[in-house]
Amino acid sequence: MGAWTDMAFILVVVLDLFLLASSRLGAAIRAVALQGALLSLLALLLTSSGHSPGHMLVVAGGAFLIKAILIPWLMFRAIREMAIRREMEPLVGYVPSMILGGVGVVLSFAFSRGLPLPTHEMHPFLVPTALATVWTGLLLVVSRRKAVTQVLGFLVLENGVFVFGLLLTDFMPVMVEAGVLLDLLAAVFVMGIVMFQINREFASLDTDALSSLKD
Amino acid sequence: MIVFVILVPFVLGASAFAWPDNRTRPALLVVGAALHAVGIASLWIHPEGPVMHGYLFLDAAGKVVVTTSSILFLASALYAQGYLRHRSDRDNRVFVGGLLIMLAAMTTVGMAQHLGVLWVAIEITTLATAPLIYFNHNARSLEAAWKYLLVSSLGIALALLGTFFLALSGAGPDGPRSLLLEDLIRAGPQLSRPWVRAAFVFLLVGYGTKMGLAPLHSWKHDAYGEAPGLLGALLAGGITNFAFLSVVRVLQVTSAAGEGAFARDALLGLGLLSMALAAVFMAGQRDFKRMLAYSSVEHMGILAVALGLGGAAVTGAFYHVLNNGLSKGVMFLAAGNIHRAYGSKRTDQVRCAARRLPVSGSLFLAGFLAVTGTPPFSPFWSEFMILNGAIGTGRPVVAGLFLLFLAVIFIGMGATVLHVVQGSDDGAPGNPGFKDGWLTAGPPLVLMLAVLALGLWLPSPLMGLFSAAARLVTGT
Repeated sequence: MGAWTDMAFILVVVLDLFLLASSRLGAAIRAVALQGALLSLLALLLTSSGHSPGHMLVVAGGAFLIKAILIPWLMFRAIREMAIRREMEPLVGYVPSMILGGVGVVLSFAFSRGLPLPTHEMHPFLVPTALATVWTGLLLVVSRRKAVTQVLGFLVLENGVFVFGLLLTDFMPVMVEAGVLLDLLAAVFVMGIVMFQINREFASLDTDALSSLKD
Repeated sequence: MIVFVILVPFVLGASAFAWPDNRTRPALLVVGAALHAVGIASLWIHPEGPVMHGYLFLDAAGKVVVTTSSILFLASALYAQGYLRHRSDRDNRVFVGGLLIMLAAMTTVGMAQHLGVLWVAIEITTLATAPLIYFNHNARSLEAAWKYLLVSSLGIALALLGTFFLALSGAGPDGPRSLLLEDLIRAGPQLSRPWVRAAFVFLLVGYGTKMGLAPLHSWKHDAYGEAPGLLGALLAGGITNFAFLSVVRVLQVTSAAGEGAFARDALLGLGLLSMALAAVFMAGQRDFKRMLAYSSVEHMGILAVALGLGGAAVTGAFYHVLNNGLSKGVMFLAAGNIHRAYGSKRTDQVRCAARRLPVSGSLFLAGFLAVTGTPPFSPFWSEFMILNGAIGTGRPVVAGLFLLFLAVIFIGMGATVLHVVQGSDDGAPGNPGFKDGWLTAGPPLVLMLAVLALGLWLPSPLMGLFSAAARLVTGT
């Protein structure tokens, strides 16, 4: 089991770096979907350490349905309907964003070594993976221009937050977790609607066209 | 009653989406606002204990903010009757439904005693308001709505991470393992301090984005500039106040854990930065609604400074929450009227508003005097209390900067406001047929009179409430 868990964590981080370097939207959406699937797998793999298995099964199932199937499907529909160009046009190039992502991974490991967990250690990779994924998400939102990519970045950020949330599943009420997943769905749903409108008004999903409001 | 004031606007909001008639639908706003106000009034007369396993409870701090927004929402709901009649070409289904759901979510924030519930409610306020900014259905309002949604969502995601950090800080062997405020505060020193500190940073960035503190304010001027005036009033006088309340909740826990000094320094820094930035961008602003957005950045800065100072200034902060809510209502509603009467919000086109709209024009001027802290209006007194707190806690530099920024903002804002209100009408675009009416000029007038009355005489129960709210934060 231990080897599988290690592998899953490492894959999540590898996907972070892949997303930073990826120039095709389709591949990026698939990577986010795969990352979502890995998260639900992780939720199952980490169940062994003594909390109610039924609860974790719900969390893992919910995460898989929403993060690995529903949202990627919505995103694919959005880019198909809008016949979006495949290449992304980053504000920060792929190589610099890869380097920044790598720096983020190193810093995350340093941070989590400096901050010992008050609870029992679930897995030594958990906190650094969560922080590196949050960092990747922030980087994607800030450094990409297309609305679709910014939404992808936001999803990656939420994935990172979810990984961190795995630490708390044994004492957080189910309600809060359900709220987390629902809110994620709702956020993307609304963002999707807005994206459709952006398409109608500008005939492109380039948020750079959204710059008439300046000081 | 606690459940009632949350459920009623929620149910009415849901039914607004199903309501078939565009002309009568806005009446639901008044029904929701009136029932909400009655519910809050009854909670004043008969206070209730915690409900839902202690998750919801109206404490002193929540009472200040919820009451303020109840009054503001009632005024905005009445104003909306006149406004939406002028905009009868637009489908108002989403607008009316969204506003009511926003009221339900805001009330939940005010009463939440559990940081998870608080977070969910804050998220719902964002989701409910983003489509409302797009009410005018043009490219500029779309851009504003997109920015608002993206920036707020990022803030909210980071706030969730901060909430997780805080949960983790109490997960030790004898920690509370809970996100209830009461448990966290009782556990105080047993919380893991490094994690509390990290949690505060993330939560301050997250909820600070919702407040619109500099440098996290980038959504604000666009959203306020493009949203209808009454939504601007509810964002600047309602939602940002609730974001402030969320920061207060976080500070309560952080102080109990012994990291209060660090947290207050961070708040003081962000607050002064917000005031400075508002002072710089206020000058020469050519769009009077965007000018109001910078005024909102300034007032959130004032609140952050007051929290950062601690002591007597915190009482002033809660007084200022009330004043900010009421006076922002005056400014945004009056600005909305002026916008309609000129079909423009650019200061090179809008002149002599005092003649074209005698009531709204004068209210815009009077509201300006109030928000910039001119006596005898009530914001003067709350800002005076904060200044007093700064001197009382031995922070003369902070007090000096506070006064300097207020003075610069007064001059910068005054130039724009006088330009709009006075002068001659020559060259201004024609009036598309908008006049001050009972429904459009009445609500801001009543709010303005309330600001004046509170400045002349502050009832002692209110003062007691502000001190009680401040005690929750300062612990003395």
